Amino acid sequence: MLESRSYPVHDTNMAEIIRARGLLKRFGDLIAVNGIDFSVAEGECFGLLGPNGAGKTSIIRMITCVSPPTAGELRVAGMDVRTEGRRIKSILGIVPQEENLDPDLTVWQNLAVYARYFDIPAAEARQRAQEVLELFQLHDRRGEIVDNLSGGMKRRLIVARALINQPKILALDEPTTGLDPQARHLVWQKLRYLQNEGITMLLTSHNMEEATHLCNRLVVMHLGRILAEGTPSELIEEHVGRQVLELRLDDGRRPAALDVLRRRDGLRLEEVEDVLYVFGPNQPWQPILDELTQFGDCVRLREATLEDLFLQLTGRGTLE
Amino acid sequence: MSVLGVSYRSYRVWQRNRDVVFRLWFVELVPPILGPIIVITALGLGLGVFVELSGDQDYIEFLTPGLLALFPMLWAMFDCGWGAYGRMNMQGIYDAVLATPLNVEDVIAGEIFFGATRGTFQAVHILIAALLFTPAYGLIDSPLAVLVIPVAFLAGILFGAMAMCFTSVAPSMSAYNFLWAFIISPMFWFGGAFYPLERLPDGLQVLAQFIPLTHVVAINRGLIEGQLEWSHLGDLAYVVAVAAAFFALALWSMRRRLIK
Repeated sequence: MLESRSYPVHDTNMAEIIRARGLLKRFGDLIAVNGIDFSVAEGECFGLLGPNGAGKTSIIRMITCVSPPTAGELRVAGMDVRTEGRRIKSILGIVPQEENLDPDLTVWQNLAVYARYFDIPAAEARQRAQEVLELFQLHDRRGEIVDNLSGGMKRRLIVARALINQPKILALDEPTTGLDPQARHLVWQKLRYLQNEGITMLLTSHNMEEATHLCNRLVVMHLGRILAEGTPSELIEEHVGRQVLELRLDDGRRPAALDVLRRRDGLRLEEVEDVLYVFGPNQPWQPILDELTQFGDCVRLREATLEDLFLQLTGRGTLE
Repeated sequence: MSVLGVSYRSYRVWQRNRDVVFRLWFVELVPPILGPIIVITALGLGLGVFVELSGDQDYIEFLTPGLLALFPMLWAMFDCGWGAYGRMNMQGIYDAVLATPLNVEDVIAGEIFFGATRGTFQAVHILIAALLFTPAYGLIDSPLAVLVIPVAFLAGILFGAMAMCFTSVAPSMSAYNFLWAFIISPMFWFGGAFYPLERLPDGLQVLAQFIPLTHVVAINRGLIEGQLEWSHLGDLAYVVAVAAAFFALALWSMRRRLIK
């Protein structure tokens, strides 16, 4: 999957549309975001990856001006989130983690009422609502109450709603969590279309496949800090290597395998439940495989993915 | 321009709530017509024959100004209490709206204005019902009675803001039992709507003067009987002051709850 897609390298000359410097968010004793720096360039899809509690949603909430930073700088299109909330929100499209469509209204009314919050004149709102409903293949559902929609349709409607003000930046907080594969791919396809149209995207996810599909550049976060930053392929190459060895062994056979692996330098082992992941950038795998033939099918060498990066960086036991 | 952070955008929230009422018009608009008619008939005509008031006033006549304050209070408090909690915590509507150029103050002010509108709408209903009863029972004595409509809006802001203050700290829907037991019930029974307050023991009479509803009832009584006195200015000043205080408190407390 990784090989089949090419990732444009981040062009540092492009305008910086989101800028965070020393960004800190504290809730009482809990530090949710711990003094981080990052920038998002106009037109790119920037990913915030990390396990639950990494601070991703806190960052999105600060950018969308509903949670003031405790310290540090955060600017959106040059505007300070602390003082220019209304102006910032008028150029943002927000897709929240929790479905919050208006259940008292129809599909069409959801869009029309939302457009009114942005002071979009009624005639123009009708035209835009029609466009986004067609784009998201919901136009034959316009009279439906939103509770009657499937999960995938609700998600599409939320993204459609976020586009009603023709935003410069689309902030997506785990946009496909809870969707079946078909619905997820349909949402991804629409998001890639929007990306090609030049809209900037900020995406949080703990779904690595999603990040691989969509992000030009991403940061991996853990406990409020940024652990790594780069394009998905760069990050995998650097931290994981091209391939990963995976062993599924019961407790009886595991020590023997661990003996073999521990005799070699440059390997990192990560145990997640009953699976043993072996990471070794630039490692010649064949000699190791030869030593592990006794374990047969339980040993598998496969292509590295962002998921491996995630496990490698955020470690075991930190996953909830 | 904005006052206390509230801008014209609060009207957008009012419009949203109006659109919902229109869409659900049958369940939203029919029950409020029925309630007061039942009460006027049951208390005024049923209970009323056993009640003897000083002067030659019928009980049903005494009751009318009280109902014109009570029912709008109930509707404003239902809307900004139970209703607002549902929109905030169960339907996620505040979250969705706060992602647009509206701020917390716009949302809360729009909600309170809508609660007040519901109350006003209810007052108009009761006034029409009372006019229908007037040829037989002489309920409305003065054209000044039409002014109970703006009074209902003002009172609606007061009671809506009060309920909104409760919503801003409510941990769950069941917590609203407290709003009912400790706020609404005492106002309902001790606010001068059902009997002259002079019949209460002295201590309770003093306490009843602190109840905002008492002053709304007093203003309504003056308007409907067409007998305004200087003391009614005091009632009005008290209602305005308490409304302003709860309105400001609701905005502040809701910002504390929603912006973290």
